[in-house]
Amino acid sequence: MKLLSASEKLSLIRITTRPTVNDYIPLIFSDFTELHGDRCFGDDNAVMGGIAFFNSMPVTVIAQVKGRNLEENKRSNFSMPHPEGYRKALRLAKQAEKFNRPVICLVDTPGAFCGIDAEKRGQGEAIAKNLMEFMTLKVPIISVVLGEGGSGGALALAVCDELAMLENAIYSVISPRGFASIIWKDPSKESEAANLMKITAADLLRFGVCDKIIDEPPGGAHNDCQLTASNISEYIHDAIERLSSKEPDLLLDERYQKYRKIGMFNE
Amino acid sequence: MLEDLLKAVKDRFNDGILHHDKESKREELFKCPRCRVDTTVEEFEKNIKICPNCNYHSRINWQERLAYTADYGSFREFDRDMTSRNPIEYPDYDKKLKELKEKYKLNDGVVTGCCTVRGYQIVLGIMDSAFMMASMGSVAGEKITRAFEYATEHKLPLVMFTASGGARMQEGIISLMQMAKTSGAVARFNHAGGLYITVLTDPTTGGVTASFASLGDVIIAEPKVLVGFAGRRVIQDTIRQQLPDDFQSAEYLLSHGFVDIIVDRKNMRNTLSLLMKLHSYKEGV
Ligand SMILES: [Zn+2]
Repeated sequence: MKLLSASEKLSLIRITTRPTVNDYIPLIFSDFTELHGDRCFGDDNAVMGGIAFFNSMPVTVIAQVKGRNLEENKRSNFSMPHPEGYRKALRLAKQAEKFNRPVICLVDTPGAFCGIDAEKRGQGEAIAKNLMEFMTLKVPIISVVLGEGGSGGALALAVCDELAMLENAIYSVISPRGFASIIWKDPSKESEAANLMKITAADLLRFGVCDKIIDEPPGGAHNDCQLTASNISEYIHDAIERLSSKEPDLLLDERYQKYRKIGMFNE
Repeated sequence: MLEDLLKAVKDRFNDGILHHDKESKREELFKCPRCRVDTTVEEFEKNIKICPNCNYHSRINWQERLAYTADYGSFREFDRDMTSRNPIEYPDYDKKLKELKEKYKLNDGVVTGCCTVRGYQIVLGIMDSAFMMASMGSVAGEKITRAFEYATEHKLPLVMFTASGGARMQEGIISLMQMAKTSGAVARFNHAGGLYITVLTDPTTGGVTASFASLGDVIIAEPKVLVGFAGRRVIQDTIRQQLPDDFQSAEYLLSHGFVDIIVDRKNMRNTLSLLMKLHSYKEGV
């Protein structure tokens, strides 16, 4: 199969029929029971969370919600969370820790929302808190990037023991569009930005950021959602098996080292 | 007192950064970005780069910050020679870094080390926005992480003066990961019971706000500085409406519950040393 460039992948993951968490969750999990709210301000529809069975094991699922049409996207703010979305995620992660069940994060966002209310309620603080707290959460955390992993808004659900990416997913420090508009003052150059930024699953595997690439069916996930879901399930199954036998101390130490060693410098 | 500080800075770092032609300085004007009132650069600098009209605490370089913060001669720098590589082979990144290194005699936008403040031993981090807006890439991430690890090991409090444009885009995903890395280092330091004080200075934004800058046990800000996650322009473009004047200022953050205290530069050493004392750290240990 022909290898796609980063900008081709960018177009592919924007196809409106690309499956979202609303498609995947019923195929991967059973008895998903959604839990709402951050117990502080409100409920953010850009982040969906709850408890479900994975095979027969209870897990906590935290997912960023891309809409499949305009109406769904309006509801989920185009998958751009506000602080309360991140705080809901943290609340559910802490709950998972209490009941000793793994946390599965499904990442799919162009980034955290940028707006007055988001700033007022502490977008930076909410993300920072998640990074810190997820780093020491005493249960396995597995993150899967389904489409776009944009910036700190994605990272807030991606401090984990293992990170997998769907074959055509991208994960970047800023959206290619944002990059183009900052560097070249021209957001229309997002394809060039995508190709420059090294954001594909293969790039991230090489950098040690991504641990596993999950195959998509020929042409992309939308061509066979069922098959993609079963590939994701298989990966989650293996990852849980690898992680759940580890003592919490070892798990946390390895999680810290996973990020600790990322960086390229001379001294 | 302030005059002394200023003189100390000049004596120690008379390398051109602060040295201007006296004549031109009298005429050069500093336009305050907050109140838009002009001050002569001479008066502005005499007032340690604080707007005499509205008390906006403007940017200072790391040497000035060090001189206003640490006991004279007590600073020992960590990892001075660390320099960034070019992980995503970003065009001209190496060249740009080289130019900045020569211009500012600085290898990256963050300086770390240990020093004393009124006799209290601390680990200190200072971000200098002159160097690529002190954006966080591999070097900032590694230095800050090592500073936390050193403080954890030696049971010292850590004070971080933040200023940053956010993640360093030229290092791609590697720079994003520095947010996780530094936040992890804060987590470990917290578990060991260390005191972490952040001082938000102008401007603290993006990935630094969304990581270690927001994680202090005590979060201090200098008056009128800009602190936020998203850039003002980005927000304005998204919502297409005028932003409140004080939006993303230190005072705005204080009133919304994200800053503990706003402290004038002139009182920073007092406040820091008092906080050490209140946390039972001992002088000279
Ligand atoms: Zn002013």
